[in-house]
Amino acid sequence: MDDFFSGFAELFAQYDVLAAFWVNIQLTFWAALLSLVLGTVLALMRISPIASLQWAGTAYVTIFRNTPLTIILTFMYLVVFSQLGITLTDDLNSTFFWFAVIGLSVYHAAFVCEAIRSGVNTVPVGQAEAARAIGLSFLPAARLVILPQAFRGAIAPLGNTLIALLKNSTVAVAASVATETSSLMRTMIEFRPDLMVAIFLLFAVGYVILVIPIGLGTTWLSQRLAVKR
Amino acid sequence: MDQTTSTTGQPAADSTADAPSSDRALGAPLVELKRVNKHFGALHVLQDIDLTVRKGEVLVVIGPSGSGKSTLCRAINRLETIDDGTITVDGKELPEEGKALAQLRAEVGMVFQSFNLFAHKTVLDNVTLGPRKVRGLSKKAAEEQARALLDRVGVGNQAGKMPAQLSGGQQQRVAIARALAMQPKVMLFDEPTSALDPEMINEVLDAMVALARDGMTMIVVTHEMGFARTAADRVVFMADGQIVEEAAPEEFFTAPKSERARDFLSKILTH
Repeated sequence: MDDFFSGFAELFAQYDVLAAFWVNIQLTFWAALLSLVLGTVLALMRISPIASLQWAGTAYVTIFRNTPLTIILTFMYLVVFSQLGITLTDDLNSTFFWFAVIGLSVYHAAFVCEAIRSGVNTVPVGQAEAARAIGLSFLPAARLVILPQAFRGAIAPLGNTLIALLKNSTVAVAASVATETSSLMRTMIEFRPDLMVAIFLLFAVGYVILVIPIGLGTTWLSQRLAVKR
Repeated sequence: MDQTTSTTGQPAADSTADAPSSDRALGAPLVELKRVNKHFGALHVLQDIDLTVRKGEVLVVIGPSGSGKSTLCRAINRLETIDDGTITVDGKELPEEGKALAQLRAEVGMVFQSFNLFAHKTVLDNVTLGPRKVRGLSKKAAEEQARALLDRVGVGNQAGKMPAQLSGGQQQRVAIARALAMQPKVMLFDEPTSALDPEMINEVLDAMVALARDGMTMIVVTHEMGFARTAADRVVFMADGQIVEEAAPEEFFTAPKSERARDFLSKILTH
């Protein structure tokens, strides 16, 4: 048993595990922000009265929700970066980081859009009618009346999307982000196969510790912010 | 455009002092429907509806459920689209979806059966939202007006509460204040008391009667015959998507001309 725990100590001493987790947290933070913005725009398109916008929103969601994330992130690295030679910054590492953020965002925006739409469905149609009846056109009605209520109804599904995003951020290795957890795990397994079980447990427990507060937080928020009718 | 007669050929409340149940002077036509048709699938819910409502007139629309009266009311601010015919409000035909329609809706107040107060906003914010965001009033001016309107309908002391904390009757009076805050040319009421517990109906009707006395043009879809008698200038009876009869309230309730209206009244007035 002592050996087992000293294995963890050794791993922590040899590798900067926390720094790797910190990379995933940053990836998740920026991708969550971007996908929330993009997903909200997509949701607006899908509930808008303009048919071409509805169509475009639906097409986006259908394409990105059904494409494996690995393919999107590999595409960012192999096509956008290598083939097209597009760079975002002078520093290669931060270019890869931001490509991974963009890849994660366009993918999760499709799920955010659907989460918000499920929130819109919790808002009675009379709310939209009342908003229109006092002279608000589509965008002001959406911004002032529909979305504030829809977001509150969408907190739980948005939380699920955030949890998926955090775990999916490990796929960033496909976009060449070499400092995040799954890359580090591979390195550790390569050099310390004797501590295999400890390595797996380390990352499994690390993610559980990160995810549990998100689940608790969103449950608490969705109850606290629920619109009373 | 001076259409003084209705489909049934009788004077539609003359413009001067001899108006049937009220001595209020009625002005020029404000809301006009001409040969309006609408289908819900196979159901022909509005059939060649011709109707003119004059400025200052209080029109009550009654009829059995499914007769198209709610659809008629909702068509006037285009919450329901129509298949053909024209609807004009103050001389302007209802625009297509967009800015112009939003502008017109701002001038047509609407009170719904289920109140539809914005559930995430306080009573005060419900009433100030339209004036601030549509009319561009300052927060201060909008709140002053809102408080005056809330006082007028008797819920001034509820301004800081959320809609869910209010009774149905209070919510509906807030909804009336919210519509009035836009200073509409005409108010539409779509069965405003149908979702209320009986003891709350009168507080809403009282607010409506007061509004009628102040000269507001009103189109009221309701089952409240008492309100029709006291406040209406004219009653329109609808059945199966058609206007079957229109008359002054006393005349309609004491001597209905059509068989359908006699049948309807016998069913609701015998208790």
